[in-house]
Amino acid sequence: MTTQPQTEPAGPPAPGVGTPPEPPGGAGRSVPKVSGDRVAQLGPLFALLLACIFFATQSDRFLTGGNFSLIVQQVMVIGTLAIGQTLIILTAGIDLSCGTVMAFGSIVMSKLAVDSGVPPLIAILVGIAACAVFGFVNGALVTGLNLPAFIVTLGTFNIAFALTHIYSKDETVSNLPSVMTKLGESFKIGSTAVTYGSLLTLLLFAIAWFVLTQTAWGRRVYAIGDNAEATRLMGIPVKKQLLAIYVVAGAVYGIAALLLIARTSVGDPNAGQSDNLDAITAVVLGGTSLFGGRGTVVGTLIGALIVGVLRNGLVLMGVASIYQVLITGILVIVAVSVDQLARRRA
Amino acid sequence: MWELRRHSARSGPARLLAVGSAAAVLVLGVAACGGSDNGGGGSSGGSGASASGEKVTVGLIVKRESNPFFVKMIDAAKKAAAENNVELITAAGKTDVDNQSQVTALENMTTRGAKGILIVPADSKAVVPAIKKARDAGVTVIALDTPTEPQSAVDALFATDNLKAGELIGQWAKAKMAGKKAKIALLDLAPGISVGQLRHDGFLKGYGIKDGDPQIVGAVNTEGDTAKGQAGMEQLLQKDPNINLVYSINEPSGFGAATALKSAGKKPSDVTIVSVDGGCDAIKRGIKTGVIDATSQQYPQNMAAQGVKAIAAAARGGKKPSGYTDTGVNLITADAQTGVASKDAAYGTENCWG
Repeated sequence: MTTQPQTEPAGPPAPGVGTPPEPPGGAGRSVPKVSGDRVAQLGPLFALLLACIFFATQSDRFLTGGNFSLIVQQVMVIGTLAIGQTLIILTAGIDLSCGTVMAFGSIVMSKLAVDSGVPPLIAILVGIAACAVFGFVNGALVTGLNLPAFIVTLGTFNIAFALTHIYSKDETVSNLPSVMTKLGESFKIGSTAVTYGSLLTLLLFAIAWFVLTQTAWGRRVYAIGDNAEATRLMGIPVKKQLLAIYVVAGAVYGIAALLLIARTSVGDPNAGQSDNLDAITAVVLGGTSLFGGRGTVVGTLIGALIVGVLRNGLVLMGVASIYQVLITGILVIVAVSVDQLARRRA
Repeated sequence: MWELRRHSARSGPARLLAVGSAAAVLVLGVAACGGSDNGGGGSSGGSGASASGEKVTVGLIVKRESNPFFVKMIDAAKKAAAENNVELITAAGKTDVDNQSQVTALENMTTRGAKGILIVPADSKAVVPAIKKARDAGVTVIALDTPTEPQSAVDALFATDNLKAGELIGQWAKAKMAGKKAKIALLDLAPGISVGQLRHDGFLKGYGIKDGDPQIVGAVNTEGDTAKGQAGMEQLLQKDPNINLVYSINEPSGFGAATALKSAGKKPSDVTIVSVDGGCDAIKRGIKTGVIDATSQQYPQNMAAQGVKAIAAAARGGKKPSGYTDTGVNLITADAQTGVASKDAAYGTENCWG
């Protein structure tokens, strides 16, 4: 066993799934499962490519730069939420509050700027901070009182929803300052209009990928999800790390709130009510295991794009949107089955 | 090392890839089914535009697919589409207030090359920027049922005249009470929603009274929900057990009120209940049995069908739709009053939705 490489090379995939981490050899040793995930990622990528090829044969409008730019715009809010969700699911947790926390952040930002005359940039920061506070509350309850993440975030889901409606008095906030909708504006690459928000979303994915795969902080996320007790025995402060993960996720929801505002040009108190399930769907479609410890943020991006491509492609084909919901449902079950098979094999 | 090898290349990726491709095949299969199911007329497998050269693409975006009001709309739109050589694409939100899904649908339908889009706004204000983008791209946008804020954000509005709907049941109730002293319960929608306010105002206008009239026992918000209608009625009966006239924003809330009245020992003949909507269930369980005495029936099928026709005509060189179009409202009752025009339950059943 001691001959096993500490960091598995990228080469032969070895999904050491579900097995506890190797005996701790010191606090610095991390337990990456990255190479196994590369394999799990191929399924979703394959499905995405096949869907693209299929739609390209069905509609001559599908395979255009403008249309792909549109799809990215349409998945940027859910995709960004799904980054935070991925962090939490990798620790074997779940966050039901992400969508309504985002809505709360967007109302805080827009109302402060429009109704209270706070400078827009400060309003944006306060909104992101408000979301991070929700993340802190989630994390503190999960780590401090050992409550299940499902129940804690079900509670904060409702609290954020209620606070959003109380603070906004159920009114949509419009006439936003132009700084707040900047991310919704676009620039040209060749003849294709790309929004700044799409770029920011892709940048966030790149940062999350880097942190999760290239830093000790990221490796600990996997370690906790794989076996929190073993990770603790390795000398890693599991509770502190978990709390930090929830706060970071909250801040990411705050950025999603800004993207949401930029996309719709309004602060909408009714936004985000079913976005928690959409974000979880993207994470699961991307091959991340709900049991924690296995998955990648690149997979999550692919998962979000699968949903976006289906929705867009089916409309271009002239198919009612309800079929997108049907297909997404089937794909989720397939994705979870893949995960289960992989676990059993291990 | 043995463990490492056991999991390597062969079984692992192969299995995962196999399931992955199975998933992909499923996607394509279902998509193909969807394609053949859709459209009313002509299969929409290809890109459509080249099919007849004249085919017009129209989008219909409703709030939610599960509500019978919108089901009727979609059915009527499909029928009108088949008759007018229109390819119809439908979309809906996940909830009644799902603005994001409606925005996404507007964008995708615009990319698809829709000439016009009919939309029942989930959020009258929040959807406006997305509608503007579609119109800037040359799409004609018509709001159905619910106006946008401002109403000028769309090319045209096809909807029920809700003030008139309220007025009709107000006039009928006035005639029915025939000078008897009324004790009125008002089961409203929710604050700040124009549809509810217009029906409320219309009822009072038709009855010839104003807010604050001593005949009004009280007003409660029901959100158009049966359980909340029942709870609201129970509260008002606590305030005054002699209520003999109930205005309800829609039939579900009216049925809730009827349940509360029954529990309080009242007979249907003791209390007059009037409502708005004219859903099939309401005609069958309400009007025919006398549980609900009169209702103003609205016609979602007209909104959708007239919308499809208007866009098709405009796309073929006709006049672009504009302004407000009243899609009609009729008083339905089994107890006609002289001086108030009404239709009977049979007419109501024939033209109901749901």
